[in-house]
Amino acid sequence: MTAIPEHAGGPPGACDVAIVGGGPAGLGAALRLKDLGIEAIVLDREAEAGGIPRHCGHYPFGMREFHRILKGPDYARRLVQAAKQAGVAIFTQTSVVALDPGPCLAVTTPDGRAEIRAKRVLLSTGVRERSRAGRLVGGQRPWGVLSTGALQSMVYLKGRRPFERPVIVGSELVSFSAILTCRHAGIRPVAMVEANDRVTAWWFAAGLPRLTGVPLHLNSRVLRVVGDQRVEAVELQDGAGASRLIEADGVIFSGQFLPEATLPRAAGLTIDPGSGGPAVDQYGRCSDPAVFAAGNLLRPVETAGWSWQEGVFAADRIAASLAGQLSERQGAIEMRVHGDAAIKFVLPQRLALPVLPGAMRNLQLRAKRPFHGTLSVRQNGRTLWSGRQSGRPERRILLPLAPIAEKAVPGTIEIDLQEEF
Amino acid sequence: MPSAPPESEEYFDVAVIGAGVVGCAIARRFTLEGARVIVIEKAVDILDGASKGNSGILHTGFDAPVGSLEQRCIAAGYREYLDIKDRLGLSVLKTGALVLAWTEEEEARLEALMEQARANGVDDVERLGVTEIRAWEPGLSDRLRGGFSVPREYIIDPWTAPHSYLLQALENGARLLRRAEVLDGGFDGSAWRLETSRGAVRASTVINAAGLYGDHVDQRLLKASSYAIRPRKGQFVVFDKAASVLLSSILLPVPTATTKGIVVCKTSYGNVLVGPTAEEQESRDAAAVDHETLAALQRRGIEILPGLADFEVTATYAGLRPATADKDYQIKDHPAQRYISVGGIRSTGLSAALGIAHHVFDLYGQFGGRHQPPETPHWPKVSPIAEYQNRGWTEPGNAGVVCHCELVTRREIEEALNGPLAAGSLPGLKRRTRATMGRCQGFYCLGELAEITEGRFERPLATAYDSNS
Ligand SMILES: Cc1cc2nc3c(=O)[nH]c(=O)nc-3n(C[C@H](O)[C@H](O)[C@H](O)COP(=O)(O)OP(=O)(O)OC[C@H]3O[C@@H](n4cnc5c(N)ncnc54)[C@H](O)[C@@H]3O)c2cc1C
Ligand SMILES: Cc1cc2nc3c(=O)[nH]c(=O)nc-3n(C[C@H](O)[C@H](O)[C@H](O)COP(=O)(O)OP(=O)(O)OC[C@H]3O[C@@H](n4cnc5c(N)ncnc54)[C@H](O)[C@@H]3O)c2cc1C
Repeated sequence: MTAIPEHAGGPPGACDVAIVGGGPAGLGAALRLKDLGIEAIVLDREAEAGGIPRHCGHYPFGMREFHRILKGPDYARRLVQAAKQAGVAIFTQTSVVALDPGPCLAVTTPDGRAEIRAKRVLLSTGVRERSRAGRLVGGQRPWGVLSTGALQSMVYLKGRRPFERPVIVGSELVSFSAILTCRHAGIRPVAMVEANDRVTAWWFAAGLPRLTGVPLHLNSRVLRVVGDQRVEAVELQDGAGASRLIEADGVIFSGQFLPEATLPRAAGLTIDPGSGGPAVDQYGRCSDPAVFAAGNLLRPVETAGWSWQEGVFAADRIAASLAGQLSERQGAIEMRVHGDAAIKFVLPQRLALPVLPGAMRNLQLRAKRPFHGTLSVRQNGRTLWSGRQSGRPERRILLPLAPIAEKAVPGTIEIDLQEEF
Repeated sequence: MPSAPPESEEYFDVAVIGAGVVGCAIARRFTLEGARVIVIEKAVDILDGASKGNSGILHTGFDAPVGSLEQRCIAAGYREYLDIKDRLGLSVLKTGALVLAWTEEEEARLEALMEQARANGVDDVERLGVTEIRAWEPGLSDRLRGGFSVPREYIIDPWTAPHSYLLQALENGARLLRRAEVLDGGFDGSAWRLETSRGAVRASTVINAAGLYGDHVDQRLLKASSYAIRPRKGQFVVFDKAASVLLSSILLPVPTATTKGIVVCKTSYGNVLVGPTAEEQESRDAAAVDHETLAALQRRGIEILPGLADFEVTATYAGLRPATADKDYQIKDHPAQRYISVGGIRSTGLSAALGIAHHVFDLYGQFGGRHQPPETPHWPKVSPIAEYQNRGWTEPGNAGVVCHCELVTRREIEEALNGPLAAGSLPGLKRRTRATMGRCQGFYCLGELAEITEGRFERPLATAYDSNS
């Protein structure tokens, strides 16, 4: 599949809004901006826009956007089609290599370098999975160690399979997506390995008949990949410290998502170490207020539909910003997660006062580990909001923003958790 | 595609066994001196032994044993590298190094080390106090006690250098035979006949540059070896490129008798590297990492540069040093058998390779061979892959980026898959282009690479399947 650049002549030197990343979030934003009469261009480094769903060859995608259940590739095609039909300019094979002040984007295309000045930039570059290296897994470096994303692009985009009997590491939603991908290509996973005592996507897995036949190893950690040229086995260690070998010809390291935040980080924008994405205010503005972020770049990890919706909202806020309606007049509030923190991050990381209509409706939180207790949002000794909550890793936690914003004053807001054991 | 076996009649002046950085540099030197050279490598690709994983530092040799062969080869290799780098398009990142003391004991040894450096001709070392060092390297932990600078220690790209040495040899007439293990051989008083897994090779002189297998090759060909290789493993963790803002110099510890210790430095590819360990092991092939050591390296990195705590580890690897019981290189000539063993090039071979090649050619001079150097040798340039060089993605006609993290273009990948030094495996392709070496470790590009490399590698990355089966 060689790409025909969708717009001959390459991207323009200047535009109103430049959207970096043509996945659900970026495309959702582009279409909405178009509806609002604002010219936006979409830049994507791949040969086709559409983002991750391009290679998720399974259901369910599209409920929010198209009110029907689609497979990922069909969903991605529809998003691209809708944007193109509305007249959105999509430039593929266009990698943004730097975000410079201005804002100005340094890009590269098959024709070499170029620069794009924009009044506003929307970053929607998505997430990737944590690699074997990031998990410090031991062993040699045989071929056959992949992420789900890489496996999916081989299987669904290239019609190829890299192995036949892999071990799947992780039990998030995407790990089940890996199982589906394997089945599609006639690959038979020999094990699913989870470090915790429970499947992470348990609410999802519960609906699957016995994990579609893949043996599950809980409380188990991958110590080592065995093999020289090719994967031959995987060494697991259980909670009691005992280790065992599972024969396999591949390993899929799934999940443990990381926002693809290279651009804002290198640009010196504030990055939230908790989410791994750029820190934003309730309008999705980064520490440079001409730069917005939406979709899974903001945090690991949400569904395509959620990301798309964030893109649509971002478009409205960008429009408001271009109209001069989002300026900070009465100060700012930093959000802080308190204490030992079963809470990994809170989004937005900052509130710009006043909180106008059109802001995010919720605070999004994530748990590092399972918890039960009372979450309270406090400022200067005052409780702005509190409520009983329980949380599990990778599950969405939402707190209403309006009642909090109403009472808040410039300064710091602390989010505290009283755990009940 | 691997090169064809040489015609059985073909006769070479010199057979170099092993295409590590040392063998590549030797092949270059001898070819430029006019010898007909064949390089015999057992792996599908070059740089498959000790040379595949090192720290990428161009050492001055400041801490080498005074008066050692190692020190002389490093000094000569260092000079020649800087002389030829522009003509071959090689990288150098002029960072300089700081030798840092973290304990009282280490601090006490700084003076002696500086003396040693001066005795080794590295006379621009300078003692620095904590304030001076931290003004220069604000990211360093405040547990620092002092140190000295070695301004001419640099970072180079450990892979383009040997590729370009060998490429220059090949473009000036040398031959490369891959997937050919030297199994046995005999010297008939005037010439060698080497038995390889791909047939016989005849040459008047043999140079053993088999690295981790140097003693084995000696035993196969001379029936004895004057040294025994004791592989010493070094593990590394590599931090995300974004972390490179945390430092500017190569941060060296005070070395001990057996190791240069854990270094923190940038790489040519723009990352931050922490390592290597020094672990004796039996295996000459298995360069495995282990979780505990990687975690310890990560912690050590954070102890030295606390800011590293905010960055992901994006790669891990290990290399094996061809060490021996001796401290110095084991370079032994056997004039009666027209044979030179170039062994025990343990932890400085990248820096010293060009110097070693000169030394070996000098030894060969006593064998009495005379050659006519080519009048106008070719100086091929390899594609630049260092972060600080002007790389393919900046140019028109690059055919688009395939590996996004490392900005490797389709044109560069096609180039690396073709020509006399075509990559024979994914690791080989990585070493030529950096593809898949970045923070995503192939998340975005492996599918594309599986397609582009189809039919190119002995072991394909993926195979087509029938989705109806
Ligand atoms: C392997 C995997 C499987 C998943 N499976 C599911 C699933 O089954 N269902 C589900 O709902 N969600 C799934 N997700 C979550 C997924 O992140 C969302 O579905 C959705 O794709 C998020 O949309 P996005 O627009 O934020 O990012 P993406 O869809 O990731 O889009 C980001 C786009 O940005 C482009 N880009 C990135 N950097 C640059 C740059 N520097 N220059 C130019 N372009 C750039 C990329 O090419 C990409 O097209 C999965 C995620 C992964 C990683
Ligand atoms: C952890 C680590 C860090 C290092 N850091 C640095 C540094 O920063 N700076 C520096 O200058 N140096 C460094 N070094 C040292 C440097 O990497 C080595 O000195 C160098 O790679 C040795 O190269 P070589 O050519 O002698 O051996 P090798 O690279 O092992 O080459 C020998 C080749 O011979 C082949 N071979 C073996 N047996 C046969 C046979 N029978 N037939 C045919 N072929 C055969 C092998 O396949 C191999 O390709 C480091 C080394 C390590 C391990």
